[in-house]
Amino acid sequence: MSVQLWTYIIVGLTFALYIGIAIWSRAGSTKEFYVAGGNVSPLANGMATAADWMSAASFISMAGIIAFAGYDGSVYLMGWTGGYVLLALLLAPYLRKFGKFTVPDFIGERYYSKTARIVAVICALIVSFTYVAGQMRGVGVVFSRFLQVDITTGVLIGMVIVLFYAVLGGMKGITYTQVAQYCVLIFAFMVPAIFISIQMTGNPIPQLGMGSTINDGSGMYLLEKLDGLSTELGFAEYMDGSKSIVDVFAITLALMVGTAGLPHVIVRFFTVKRVRDARKSAGWALLLIAILYTTAPAVSVFAKTNLINTVSGQAYAAMPTWFKNWEETGLLVFDDKNQDGKIQYVASKKDNELTIDNDIMVLANPEIADLPAWVIALVAAGGLAAALSTAAGLLLVISSSVSHDLIKSIFKPNISEMGELWAARISATVAVVIAGYFGINPPGFVAAVVALAFGLAAASFFPAIVLGIFYKKMSKEGAIAGMIVGISLMLFYMLKFKFGLFDGGKEAVAGLSKDWWFGISPEGFGSIAMIVNFMVAILVNLFTPDPPEQVQEIVEDIRIPSGAGNAAVH
Amino acid sequence: MTDKQAKANAYWRENVRYLLILLSIWFLVSYGAGILFKDFLDTIKIGGFKLGFWFAQQGSIYVFVILIFVYVRLMNKLDKKYGYNE
Repeated sequence: MSVQLWTYIIVGLTFALYIGIAIWSRAGSTKEFYVAGGNVSPLANGMATAADWMSAASFISMAGIIAFAGYDGSVYLMGWTGGYVLLALLLAPYLRKFGKFTVPDFIGERYYSKTARIVAVICALIVSFTYVAGQMRGVGVVFSRFLQVDITTGVLIGMVIVLFYAVLGGMKGITYTQVAQYCVLIFAFMVPAIFISIQMTGNPIPQLGMGSTINDGSGMYLLEKLDGLSTELGFAEYMDGSKSIVDVFAITLALMVGTAGLPHVIVRFFTVKRVRDARKSAGWALLLIAILYTTAPAVSVFAKTNLINTVSGQAYAAMPTWFKNWEETGLLVFDDKNQDGKIQYVASKKDNELTIDNDIMVLANPEIADLPAWVIALVAAGGLAAALSTAAGLLLVISSSVSHDLIKSIFKPNISEMGELWAARISATVAVVIAGYFGINPPGFVAAVVALAFGLAAASFFPAIVLGIFYKKMSKEGAIAGMIVGISLMLFYMLKFKFGLFDGGKEAVAGLSKDWWFGISPEGFGSIAMIVNFMVAILVNLFTPDPPEQVQEIVEDIRIPSGAGNAAVH
Repeated sequence: MTDKQAKANAYWRENVRYLLILLSIWFLVSYGAGILFKDFLDTIKIGGFKLGFWFAQQGSIYVFVILIFVYVRLMNKLDKKYGYNE
């Protein structure tokens, strides 16, 4: 059977599964729509959180980014896993005990103010919309590469699927489809990784294969070989980076704190029954994420070594068929500058003849390693599962921000249960349409902003929530001032150093890096903005009255784990 | 201060102590071993890995997972000790 046919079969089967689950798990109440009824088991919630969290970027792009960045790629590995420790220890149990439906719910009540709630809603919408547009684009890209439909059709198919189960099932539908999507995506990621690990090192566990000797009888360690190949071609040693220590530190911190502050991740912990379940499901989530995140750097090493061995210094005419296939997609570009018919892949920009897109490391890996057709089809289904599950989680945050935090809490407090449910469904539909529009017509800045969404979340939510739990006397003035200053500072830095808004546009950006504050890139600046948020909040708090007695009692109450079951009832 | 409040305060203090210990380990394996002391640790090799590089791309993640499950265990015990388990 051809790859094409296999892809139709496997993708078709997984889509049928998602739709079946959606029909089975329709939401009948707002509680089911927002928090899946509040009795999801810790393991199921862990799986759903893992799928929610791992987006098209984790599945398709990350291994490739690490393959080209070497040690510098560690910022993503540590940053996107270490945040779960913060989430489990500092946020999830207390927010579960608080037991409402959304993050702005918490901010609004803890800081006894509609202004605080509105600021939180705006932050949640900024973070979620930038993120979701990238996901819809990812769906379109996978469709177009594997099923030869154009990107627009791909995005439209993705929209219909997400619409179906997010609008019908709300959080309940999303949760159980995410459980299925986790299984699909982890299987699709691990199968090729294990095959290739055996091929290259004889060790079936990629995490160990990465540190083993190569299978060619030379007795040389794979990583040493790669270090050698890299320096030979003029790149930095694979196990060393080229970023400064302070920047690596700042980016890792911004990604960790941002992860802990992302609303679509936080709300997942509202869906379990008890506080102890929230802690446990954070553990499950990280364990399930770690399976992919410790395999990805191994895939990077295998793929990079394989690639260099296959192409470097070889005759173009002798390239295998996968090389030609991916040239057609534009992900591989060969330009024979010195006209010798051979491929020079080197660090020097002037002499380099091969341009390789990051994504190819995962997408083409099965072909490079000569794996069977069904494995290639599986990778397509896995990429789609990763993109769809994250998109659905984000859409839920957007729709609940509108229906619950704006309509129910601010504009129309006496709306009926059914009215709110329909408002949620309608806003989810509108959000899908907007996200789809950006997926089809991506503004140039989407990709850049997705990375910065973490900085924005770190600079706004994280300090306000942590102070709300651990600092009983934190006042609304302090928290609001902190959030506004933090997110504004982050937006300013991003516009100045990422988009060159004040210095003559995109072209000027590269030249601005010498002016970075403390030598920190825009990707890492969220950590500075977060610290500023904390400082402003604490400073303003010194000059403003303590929160009212009943708010201090709420804080005392969320610190005690028992009695969470009843708190979720509105 | 009522008994109930005293109990709640004692529980909270123990909880915060656990957090400080666990977060110190969290900081040490990632920012310490993976970033600040990487160059020093890289002089040690385990299999094909330089140790600092291993912490940054593998070891820190394993420790993160263990930390959360240790926290779950500690807190379940603490809940029981203070009668907050359900």
